[in-house]
Amino acid sequence: MSGTAAVALHAFCPLSARMAMSSGAEAPIRFFAAIGAAAIAVFATIGRVTLFAWQAIVRAFIPPYYPLRMFEQLLHIGWYSLPVVGLTAIFTGAALAQQIYVGGSRLSAQSAVPAIVVIGIVRELGPVLVGLMVAGRVSSAMAAEIGTMRVTEQLDALATLRTDPFRFLIAPRLFAAVIALPILVLIANVIGVLGGYLLAVYKLGFNAVSYLETSRRVLEPDDLQMSLVKAAVFGFFIALMGCYHGFRSSGGAAGVGKATTNAVVSAFVLILLSNLLITIAAFG
Amino acid sequence: MSVKIAIRGVAKSFNGNVVLDGADLDIETGESIAVIGQSGTGKSVLIKCVLGLLQPDRGSILIDGEEMVGAGSRTVERLRGKFGMLFQGGALFDSLPVWRNVTFGLTQGRLINPARMRALAEENLERVGLGRDILDLRPSELSGGMQKRVSLARAVAPRPEIILFDEPTTGLDPIRADVINDLIVSLVEDLGITALTITHDMASARKIAHRVAMLYGGRIIWHGPRDRLYATGNPYVDQFVQGRAEGPIR
Repeated sequence: MSGTAAVALHAFCPLSARMAMSSGAEAPIRFFAAIGAAAIAVFATIGRVTLFAWQAIVRAFIPPYYPLRMFEQLLHIGWYSLPVVGLTAIFTGAALAQQIYVGGSRLSAQSAVPAIVVIGIVRELGPVLVGLMVAGRVSSAMAAEIGTMRVTEQLDALATLRTDPFRFLIAPRLFAAVIALPILVLIANVIGVLGGYLLAVYKLGFNAVSYLETSRRVLEPDDLQMSLVKAAVFGFFIALMGCYHGFRSSGGAAGVGKATTNAVVSAFVLILLSNLLITIAAFG
Repeated sequence: MSVKIAIRGVAKSFNGNVVLDGADLDIETGESIAVIGQSGTGKSVLIKCVLGLLQPDRGSILIDGEEMVGAGSRTVERLRGKFGMLFQGGALFDSLPVWRNVTFGLTQGRLINPARMRALAEENLERVGLGRDILDLRPSELSGGMQKRVSLARAVAPRPEIILFDEPTTGLDPIRADVINDLIVSLVEDLGITALTITHDMASARKIAHRVAMLYGGRIIWHGPRDRLYATGNPYVDQFVQGRAEGPIR
């Protein structure tokens, strides 16, 4: 290949094409090209999701407003999630108390049960378990509903009726989830601690008054603050993933199914990742 | 008569697949025109470009002399206010009752003045031959034909200047299809609306349109009065309107 041709090839052809055309295109280069392509795809997705979230947030402050839609979503995300959140919290709190009691007995530290249960529930298990349960229930439902609207042209119909889908569909869901999750987590924290208390008092023989007193004394405002910050962040990701994947779905029923799966999986990953990052940030 | 919609050299491709390749069409004010063509020839893409739902790769679409292609979101939203649209599948909002679907364009989805809106919905439903008994039903409780009529009522409720019909008779039996055709004719005549219909139903095209245009290979290859549809002298149009397997269209 002449020098001029090589320069032209480098300037105008994509990397993959250049490699295919180059006589030296061997496995190691293909390997790095594949990594590069995957990295570009990841950054492109992050860019699209960020733009999507930005549009929803900005347009939420431009009239017309939809407070009734947000209230409906609050009911859907918050109220209807209460049974599953309550059951998860009470069973987890009780199991946690039992585990800590058994583990603690190896170090003669059974008395640490109330403190570890309350801190474990409030800082970590409450927000994470509520986030995961609500993501499973709500992200999938949002992706399925908005995805179905996409494939049945209801989103196009909104646009022709001069209604912005971001204001009408996306913003109410995002804001409702950010409000509902902290409330759900507060309730789950109380129920989780109650689960631990019931097991500790009625099965393990703890004194009821001293259990509650220890739990109250150990808990600090920072613990609660972390719990609520995590909950709000998780709520944002749950709604964002449900809406984003639903909005971008295509290809009929199969496309909606794929969007639903992607919404739940990506919400789970973002909840666990952001939980780690918030925890690290809080404790340096 | 002034030109309401001027489509000039509109081209659109998807992943290298050319769908529209320089389509040209003028639609005059108060005129009803039907665009015919095979499935997959870009009729729906054309209508979505006219509405600003898709951006053409090149070309121009003028609505009352104002450019839709590349216009800002405020201009697009204002120009869309001139349109009503009947979607192929109805595209009614599942989560809302019929009366809120019909008045959606007037309220932009908000719950404003319900008593007045119910009355307006009733009035528009009556125009398409439906009664007040369906006001509170959900779209899923209606038959396909009724959904089409509710969608038609929703499209005309804001009194648009232009109405677009995407395969209005698809999926309906011949009698119900004719009912929809009659409704479209009466609405266009009574309200003086400019209409653009895309269809491959020849009976529908002949009944509802003043003029017919054929889209093939991404371009409008013929247009003329509906009375000339079966005597165009164009082999592509002849093959299509007569529904023959043999001919230049493969």
